Parts: sequence; structure tokens; C-alpha cells
Amino acid sequence: MNRRPVFLITVLCFGFAFFYIPILSMIVYSFNASRLATVWGGFSTKWYVSLMSNRQVIEALMLSLKIALVSATIATILGTMTGITLARFGKFRGRMLFTGLVTAPLIMPEVITGISSLIFFILMADWIGWPGSRGFTTITLAHITFSMVFVSTIVQARMLQADRAIEEAAMDLGSRPWQVLFDVTLPVISPAILSGWLLAFTISLDDVVITSFTTGPGATTLPLLIWSKVKLGVTPDINALATLMVLTVGMGVVVAGIVMNRAEARRRADERMAYRSND
Amino acid sequence: MLARLSRWFDRRGWADILIGAPYLWLLIFFLLPFLIVAAMSLGTKTPTAPPISFGGEYPLLNWDSYARVLGDGLYLRAFLTSLANAGLAMVLCLLIGYPMALGLCRVSNGWRNILLMLVILPFWTSFLLRVYAWMGLMGRNSWFNRLLTDSWNLLVPVDWAVKSVPMMNTNFAVVLVMVYTYLPFMILPLYASLERLDPTLDEAAMDLGSRPFQVFRDVTLPQSVPGIVAGGMLVFIPAAGELVIPTLVGDASSPMIGRLISDEFSAARNWPMASAVAVVLLLIMVVPTMIYSHYQAKAEGSK
Amino acid sequence: MAAPAEPFLRIEGVSKRFGSFQAVRDVTLDVAKGEIFSLLGGSGCGKTTLLRMLAGFEEPSAGRIFLDGRDMAGVPPWNRPVHMMFQSYALFPHMTVERNVAYGLKHEPMSRSAKAERVREMLELVQLTPFAARKPHQISGGQRQRVALARALARQPKLLLLDEPLAALDKKLREHTQFELMSIQQRTGVTFIVVTHDQEEAMTLSDRIAVMDKGEVRQVGTPNEVYEFPNNRFVAGFIGSINTFEATVIAREGGALRLAVPAFGAEVLARDVPGVSPGQAVTMALRPEKAGISRTRPETVNAFEGTVKDLAYFGKDSLYRITLPSGTLVQAHAVNARRGAEVADWDDAVWLGFEPESVLVLAE
Repeated sequence: MNRRPVFLITVLCFGFAFFYIPILSMIVYSFNASRLATVWGGFSTKWYVSLMSNRQVIEALMLSLKIALVSATIATILGTMTGITLARFGKFRGRMLFTGLVTAPLIMPEVITGISSLIFFILMADWIGWPGSRGFTTITLAHITFSMVFVSTIVQARMLQADRAIEEAAMDLGSRPWQVLFDVTLPVISPAILSGWLLAFTISLDDVVITSFTTGPGATTLPLLIWSKVKLGVTPDINALATLMVLTVGMGVVVAGIVMNRAEARRRADERMAYRSND
Repeated sequence: MLARLSRWFDRRGWADILIGAPYLWLLIFFLLPFLIVAAMSLGTKTPTAPPISFGGEYPLLNWDSYARVLGDGLYLRAFLTSLANAGLAMVLCLLIGYPMALGLCRVSNGWRNILLMLVILPFWTSFLLRVYAWMGLMGRNSWFNRLLTDSWNLLVPVDWAVKSVPMMNTNFAVVLVMVYTYLPFMILPLYASLERLDPTLDEAAMDLGSRPFQVFRDVTLPQSVPGIVAGGMLVFIPAAGELVIPTLVGDASSPMIGRLISDEFSAARNWPMASAVAVVLLLIMVVPTMIYSHYQAKAEGSK
Repeated sequence: MAAPAEPFLRIEGVSKRFGSFQAVRDVTLDVAKGEIFSLLGGSGCGKTTLLRMLAGFEEPSAGRIFLDGRDMAGVPPWNRPVHMMFQSYALFPHMTVERNVAYGLKHEPMSRSAKAERVREMLELVQLTPFAARKPHQISGGQRQRVALARALARQPKLLLLDEPLAALDKKLREHTQFELMSIQQRTGVTFIVVTHDQEEAMTLSDRIAVMDKGEVRQVGTPNEVYEFPNNRFVAGFIGSINTFEATVIAREGGALRLAVPAFGAEVLARDVPGVSPGQAVTMALRPEKAGISRTRPETVNAFEGTVKDLAYFGKDSLYRITLPSGTLVQAHAVNARRGAEVADWDDAVWLGFEPESVLVLAE
């Protein structure tokens, strides 16, 4: 049918305006010379300059990246193990509880996760003397716990789509089950693992609530820094910081999108070629 | 010895490790902390560090905190505010997100990839900054607020004229920002379920005499129910426990439940109370989750 | 050709292009009321596009469609007295069998009881009454096909379009369903337009067939006409299997054509066809079942010696591949009428013989 869905296109336009006007406004005001964040006082890049020389911001960013890198990697390993287990191992003792444990963090409000982690760390320190102080370690542990279930969801979905026969073929050709895992299963699901890692990385980099509960003196991540400033109101240097973050992420997503589209187009072209040479 | 170890590993050792490591991790870092919280809710507040004890005659049967959750109007109001805000945000997301998802299914392939990327893009940018962007728009002197104020003053009698539209620190602001931040969570599952639908079913309905709107009502809408439920849950659950949005743009005099838990815990240092509220909130969350998994199971079953 | 005097459906010079792709090219067809008419062709031949234009899902780029005297241009699908049975059946998965069948009646100004009665009748017609309360995923493929048929017939369309009606069924079921479709058509009297890529299906079902290729209709006729008297190479090759050879017309004598056929290394006598003249290069075509093989020289003017190169045994018949002295392969079908009396074995020397009446001469 060639009818143009006018109503739907209109809603799409309004929807995207709704999505992007606040962000665009924030970007425009980051070039505002005025100290009053909401009143236009001419063009200036001074907030970017002051941002670059702000050691606090740089340090917070570094800490955030470090935590995100470590927690995403460990969460990906654990989440992949979970996803494979749930997709392939059928019934095993304690599966019900395990499924529950993997689903619960997804619906648990962050406040509760944050508080329970904090209470746990405080009591542990009290009972067995570990963790000595809260900071990098405790934040990372908490991030791993709640981002690994996202990874596992992605991996499990991919595993359920994958053709089991190729695993059976590998076993038939003499591989032991764990060799099949490394030789066949993991390579096949590697795109899902990669997107799981990216998701875990972003979740960790973005988290405020759980981090604010599990942090300790001296450990300020970037979201925590922004959180403490934003609570006091709108300031032009946060506009500049936000602009930089949005542009970085935006560029990353666009580049990733283009790369993926290209790969997809190439795959289709290859398939067409293969199909043609069959004739 | 080594041979036996390797035999064990080949047979089931690797599987045990694969299951065991994440299982153990979740038991220690997720279940145990939560059980501690559940136990805390039965404790008593003390001025010690940690500020809690299990005293009294029946140390594990102290339901005082729960009695207060149910008896004190403050908590009930907070629960109602949270559920109402989250419910409203969910409905608004559905009303905006459904036509958007349907529109995404109807545009050409090239446009669709770009637009999908634009839906996901805000999701990858910082959540905090998306909330912050609205603080900039809603403030009393912002261009957006002035625009709204001017158009309001133009439309209504002079007597009702206002200096600025009060937006910041209201429940309206909370719902608006929730809709803004959670809209992608509604659009994506809806899009996924709408895109899967067989377009020949639409043609079949048209062929049998249905106009486009009837086709939507009879064929598209009923089949997208799993997507609606999934999107609804993805918006409702985090919205109901939301802490950041009400703290930044909400009305402090009618707090949402997430903020109340955080305040009880940090400011009032009343761990039993915070724990009890958390447990009740979680119990409330179980209901929509059950609805969700019910629909999921139904959707799986009809495949 | 039995061209109807007063065509019920008239397709007049219809073309359809999608961008630079010409899907349907200047098709003109007349279909009589109560006919089963098939559009036969390979994938991408334009048959489905033509069907979709009849249903109203696509508008022709040029040409017009008249149904019962009414110009269908600009009439949306929901206002056309034309219903379609989709290839995938397109049953609504969220409705029961009964509600699927009743769906089209929603829009009819009928009393509730009349609608219920019609649905009951339809379910009876396709023998699905016991399954009325089931959902589409709870019934078999053959039953789904019948639900789709009942749903499309419930509103009593003037024209029923069937898109590959039997393609999704397995072989056994297909034969049975074929006859059922024909009997339902006879009972309801609705005009059927069937799109199919399966020549056997088209042959058994249809009153007339239009063979399509690259958006064009290449021949229209009864099953017998298109099989026995194809008027071009494409139709001859598409319907059934056929041997084709390059040939030159030498002379026309006594109601027959004398052809020089290099592959046979000799002259072949063929049935005369109009429009060819001596000296013209033509294609000689021979259906395998019309080429007889024997151990002794057959009593026909067209008799040639050869060797059995290959033989495939199918049970009721066998397919032989005979090598002629020129090296050309000829396929011949032989019916295994008597047990243990197969004509020849591998590498046997045999005779190949066929009547002049069986030889087709294609000018194109």
C-alpha cells in the first residue's frame, strides 16, 4: 500500500522534537557567556576552557572510566556464563532460585539495591574486617552485580536463537563439551557478548544511585560529581560538560551504527553473490 | 591424579564452574544483602554504629516498622504518589510511544535505521544529564518557560496572567521528565512487537472489508499487547522506585517512595524503617512483574 | 479458444512498474463468470502483482480493470467484492477459527443470527465445525487452508483470488485438497483466479490457464491447449518437460512439414502449423511421453537408432535418456505396463520412434 501515514509521521516529528529540543537547548546554552545559566549573554567558550582546567572533573572521569572498564569486563564474563547456563543446561538443581536471582536485579529499584549493598558492606567490615574502606572496590562490586544480569539477558537471547546443531556437530567431530564452548559457542555469540559489554560499560558509567550508596570518602565518579552540582541548580559549566559527553557518545553511536550498517550491507551483497553463483 | 582431575573437568567440572561462579556471585552480592535488609526491617533503631539492634523479648518478631508503614499517612501518601506518577508516566509514554513505534514500522528502511538510532541515542547519553536538560528548560527564566508563559497570557483573560509557569518542583515536572527519560523503553519493545507482525494480516483484514482504522483496532492492536505490557513494565517499574528525578525536579513536600527510603536511611539513620519501606515497595513491584511474565508465557505459548 | 462473449472480469492493457522495474507489462485478459482461471509462471513473472492489483493492494500504472462492468480504478481493497486467500493464509492468530471466518461479515448489514448462520454454513462447507473454537496455531496446515477459504468465501465475493493455494501443503494432502477446491467452486459458483507456479496444480484445477513470463502473458488456453499446442518455446518448456532441437523447414507436403534436424542426422516429419515457410529456422519439440522406445524398428516414419545412456525407474514408469549417433540426448518416457518386461537396460541399442502428429514446430 502506498498510502502515506501522515498522522504517524507527524507524531514521529513531534516525538523527535521532544527528544532533542532539551538536549539542543543545553548545547546552545553551553556557549552562553552569562553566568546565569538560563539567560543568554552572548557567545563564549569560556566554560569549556574552565572545564579543561578543572582537575576535579578530569579525576572523576578517570575514576568512572576505570570502574566501568573493570566492572563491565567482569560482568561480561559472569553474565556470559549465566546466559549460556540458562540457555543450554536445561534443568539443574537450584535453577528456579538462579532464574530468580538473575531476574530480580532487573526489577529491583536502584535505591533498594544501593541501600542493601551499603548495609552489606558496612556489616561485612564490622564482622570480618573487609572491605576496609569504601570506594573503588565496593562501587565496582556493586556495578558488576547489577550489570551482569543485563549481559546475561542479551547472551541468553542470542543463545536461544543459535543453531544447536553446530554445537552437536562439533561434539560429533570429537570435541569435548568445554572445547565446543570455546571453539564454537563463544565465537558464534561474540556479537552478543560485545553488545553486552558495551551495555554493562554504559550502565556503570551512567549510574548515580547505586554508586552514591556504595562510594566512600575520596571516591567521586563523574555522575556523582555532576549529581552534587546539579542538586544545587543549573550552571553553565555543567552545560559544557554535558555537551561534551553527549557529543562523544553521539559520535560513538553514529560511527558504530555506520560500521554495523556497512557490515550488514556487505553481508547481504555476499549472500547475493553466493546466490547468483549457484545458478 | 591429574588424569582423574581432567576426567572430572571434561565430564561435569566445566559445567559446574560455569553455573557455580555466577550463582555464587549473585548469592553473596545480591541475595545476601537483600536478606540482610529484610532482617533489618524487623530490628530496632539504636544510636550505635551500625544503628540497629535486635532487642526486646521477641527479637525477630518486631513488626513496628511495618505497622508504621501502613499506619502513618506519610508513607501511604508517598506510595500513592509514586504509583500515580509512575502510572501516569506509563500511560503517557504509551500514548506517545505507540504511534511513534508504528510510524517507525511504516517509514522506508533507510530512514528507519536512522530514526531507530535517534531513539536509542538519548538512552546512551547520561541519564542524569537528560534530567538536567529539562531543569534548564523548566526554570523560571528559561526561554521555554517564557514561551509557555507568553502563550498562556495571550490565551487567557488578563486576571489569570502569570509571571512564569510554575513547573520546577512539581509532580507535573516529575511525570514530564519521567516520560522524557523512559520513552525509549516504551518505543523499543513496541517497535519490536509491531515490526514482527505479518503485514499480510493487515491486507487480509482490508481485503475482508476493514478500513485502515478498523484494521488497526482489530488486527494490529490486539497482537501488540505483549509489546504494550513489556513497554509498560519497563517504564512503570523504574519510575515507581525513581530517586533521581523527584530529587532534582520534584516537590519535596510530597516525596516519592524512593526518596523517602533514601531519606530514612541517610538523613534519619532509621535503618529498620528504610528496610521495611523497601520490602513493601518490592512486594508491590512483584505484582506488575507477575502480570508481565504471565503475558510473556502466553505470548510464548501461542507461537 | 473459448473466449467468453460477455467477460465477467476484464483486464485491459494493465501494466505495473515499481521504480525502474516493470513487474507487469500490458496484460489483457478476459475471464468468464464461474470459471477457474489460473495465472501460471515462475517467481517474479508478475502473476502475484497482477493478483494484488485485482485485490486493490496495488494500483495499475496503466490500463484498466473491469469487474462485472464496473471500473475498479481507485476502489480501495475494503470496498471491492473481491476476496483473497493468501499464500500464508494470513489467519488472525489472536482470533478463533469461528471469529476468523466471521471477520468479513462484521462489515455486512446483516442480522446477528444471519451472520451466525452464514458462519455455520461456511464451517460446514469446509468441514471445520468441530474446530470452531480453536485458534489457528492449534490446527493443522490443511485445516488452516480451509479456514482461509471459508473466511474469504463468507462474504460471498464476486471474485475469489487464491495465491498459491496448495503450496504450503504436503504432496498427499495437495491432491485431495485440489479436488475439494474444485467441488467447492462448483457448489458456490464463485469465479476463482488462482496464482500458481506449479504446472500440475494449474492443469488439474483450471478451466483456462494464462502462462506468464517476465510480466507478460505468453499464452492463454485450456490445460489441453497449452500442453499439447504451446505456441512458443517458453510455454512448451515451462509446462511439462520437453526435448527441443534446432531444425530447418525443408518443405510442406500433404498436411505435414518436412524438417531437417541435425541432431537426428536425418529428416523428421512433423504436424503442419501455419505461419512457417520452407527455409525457415524453427525449433522442433517433442514431449518425452510421445517418444516411444523399442527393440525393433517401430512402424512410423520417424524412427531412429540410439543407445540407452541412463535410465531412472519411477515405478509406474521409467525415464530413458537415449544417445543418438550425433551425440544428442533425447528423453523418453515409457510406462511399465507389465511387470518384468522393461523395454531396455543400460547401454542397450534401441529404436526411438514418434508420430509426426506428436512433433511440435515452434516458429519463435
